[in-house]
Amino acid sequence: MEKPVQKIGLKHGSGGRAMRQLIEEVFLELASPVDGIGLAALDDGAALRIGDQWLVITTDSHVVHPLFFPGGDIGRISVSGTVNDLAMMGATEPLGLTCAVIIEDGFPRADLERVRDSMKAAALEAGAPFVTGDTKVVGRGECDGLFINTTGVGLTRRVVSDAGLRAGDLLIITGHIGDHGMAIMSKRHDLGLQGDLRSDVGPINGLIRAALAAGGDEVVAMKDPTRGGVAGSLHEMAAKGKVGILIDEQAVPVRDEVRAAGDMLGIDPLLVANEGKAVIGVRAAAAERVLAALRAHPLGRDAAIFARALAERPGAVILDTGLGKRLLAEPEGELLPRIC
Amino acid sequence: MAKDLTSELKFRDPAKARALAEAMQRNLDAIGREVSVMHVCGSHEQAIARFGLRAVLPAQLKLIMGPGCPVCVTDGPEVDEAVALAGMGVHVCTYGDMLRLPGTSRSLADAQGDGGKVHVVYSIDQAVDLARAHPAEQVVFFASGFETTAVATAAAALAGPPANFSILSVHKYVPAAMDLVAESKETKIEGFIAAGHAAIITGWGIFEPFAKKTNTPVVVAGFEPLDVLASIVKLTDLIRERKAEVFNAYPRCVTREGSQPAQRVLWKVFEARSGTWRGIAAVPKGNLDLRPELAHLDARKRFQIDTASVRDDAATGLEAECICGAIMMGLASPNHGPLFGKACVPESPVGACMVSSEGTCRIWHTYGGAPDLRGVGGPAGPAGAAGAAGAAGAEGAR
Repeated sequence: MEKPVQKIGLKHGSGGRAMRQLIEEVFLELASPVDGIGLAALDDGAALRIGDQWLVITTDSHVVHPLFFPGGDIGRISVSGTVNDLAMMGATEPLGLTCAVIIEDGFPRADLERVRDSMKAAALEAGAPFVTGDTKVVGRGECDGLFINTTGVGLTRRVVSDAGLRAGDLLIITGHIGDHGMAIMSKRHDLGLQGDLRSDVGPINGLIRAALAAGGDEVVAMKDPTRGGVAGSLHEMAAKGKVGILIDEQAVPVRDEVRAAGDMLGIDPLLVANEGKAVIGVRAAAAERVLAALRAHPLGRDAAIFARALAERPGAVILDTGLGKRLLAEPEGELLPRIC
Repeated sequence: MAKDLTSELKFRDPAKARALAEAMQRNLDAIGREVSVMHVCGSHEQAIARFGLRAVLPAQLKLIMGPGCPVCVTDGPEVDEAVALAGMGVHVCTYGDMLRLPGTSRSLADAQGDGGKVHVVYSIDQAVDLARAHPAEQVVFFASGFETTAVATAAAALAGPPANFSILSVHKYVPAAMDLVAESKETKIEGFIAAGHAAIITGWGIFEPFAKKTNTPVVVAGFEPLDVLASIVKLTDLIRERKAEVFNAYPRCVTREGSQPAQRVLWKVFEARSGTWRGIAAVPKGNLDLRPELAHLDARKRFQIDTASVRDDAATGLEAECICGAIMMGLASPNHGPLFGKACVPESPVGACMVSSEGTCRIWHTYGGAPDLRGVGGPAGPAGAAGAAGAAGAEGAR
């Protein structure tokens, strides 16, 4: 058997199997029983019962490199990532956000204000007020420019976990996949395609609210496919729901420029991070209704039903390429570190 | 969703794929027993694995990848030579795939870690440029690949490289390995799919004596998924009709004669000699060595390469469990081995087939392994996932 690693590598932060294993081996010790969804569930956040409602809490540190990229920056990600994690558990109206920054000595004030402005804009879009924060400065070389941690809280009457799929459920993706990761990769590798590639980073709690309003209890599982991409999310949903998942590759919305960049880099868009998308599992009877609600929202025009849950092969993610079928590997290595 | 290029539509049409799969099934029904066919090219395996083509093959048809990865068949002692050269302070230029290929105990990546001057290049021209830029230092190009890549090496050799440049050839010649597999009593291969890109150079005519001698049909195939499926249909036609013929299923690129200028360049520089292929055996005429006339460019002649210090013929524990040799002979699949996807992964490969992007293990690992997916979730193609997605999940709930 594989022996536990003695040094942490970049792959342990990539959102795939290695990261999950590290968390299970090291941090699960911290988990204790709670009334609701706690650390042990390894979901997008926690949900604690308060009266007849659930308090949803999530936290996320942002270390994206470069800080500014086509379509967004670290400020926009830091708000969107946390707001979207709350929404994935059903809390689409954030009560408040925190903002903790770690700044490297010598960081330009103008850049900091630019980041602040995009945090402000994203928070306004999401309807999420900042309520507290923390500021630290470290010496040169002790962090790379700027790291931001945000925590969010929100209330919901019904928690949606990422473990609720059962055979026969259908899966919806809310739009084109791979935009964020490919934009960053293209900028870092200087592919010269960046004019066409823009990150999708943005809060989608409004879009999710529309889906939940249309689908109600028949929306059974949600996940935002950030690190590890859609493949990583589906692997988690398949494992936790104990179902197989069959993807119709031809139904997956992918922009031509993302596909072209993927071909050039040898990277499957299904493995690439998104920062403004959700994978939504619904009971089959509600699928068209939820899809219509998503498509009626400006952020969900390209939503598509792209996969379904099977009783066969629990835990496996199978790709129907249109020409044949194969298993979709779970992302494990460092496809690209510091994507968010 | 916009659908890419017209060419892609043409070669990735699900309806055509279904028709080809049905034609294959009719052939296998007519033959009435299990049939094994082999392809000998990593690029074919990539198309097969990427598009999940094995899931649409008839149950009685086994499609096996043979010795189609030039990196994988480069023998340990050959890598030792490059490692030893790096240890002597010589610049060693290599294709990226070869960097992590283990020798009998060490790889060029290890040599690089020890301060050896090892450079990854994308073409031999970059190695020649390096030699020109450092006229006082020796630069060796570790020349790997099948006859297609060997033509590029040959062209550079004839173009008058500088005096401080030499070539360590570990080029391999595919037709020789096909002979060996066809004559093996264990494999029982009834038909071959030959690599279209190699045939662009050699011409498809080169397989005619082979087909006749081994009484085995050969189909030359391109690399789009429909190319592969169509070539298998043709191959099963020939097997059903008991015709040991060569068929060119890649006529948009391949001719009977191939590229005469490329062949002239190739054989002016190289000659085919017997050599050991990793995990397989001695392959008669399987290695492409520099001809005696080009001894001045031959690193083996220029340097006294002493591999004793980097050589270790005692396999360690894990390597003893590696089944790469059986995989390359077509006797086993990657998931038959105990290490696949566990102790042996791309980040820390045990065997050669997990090192190269052309290796069977690496390809299977990248594309999720290859358990039998025939029948899972209904028929393949849009009638499967999307069709059922539209018609609610009744079938999935089964």
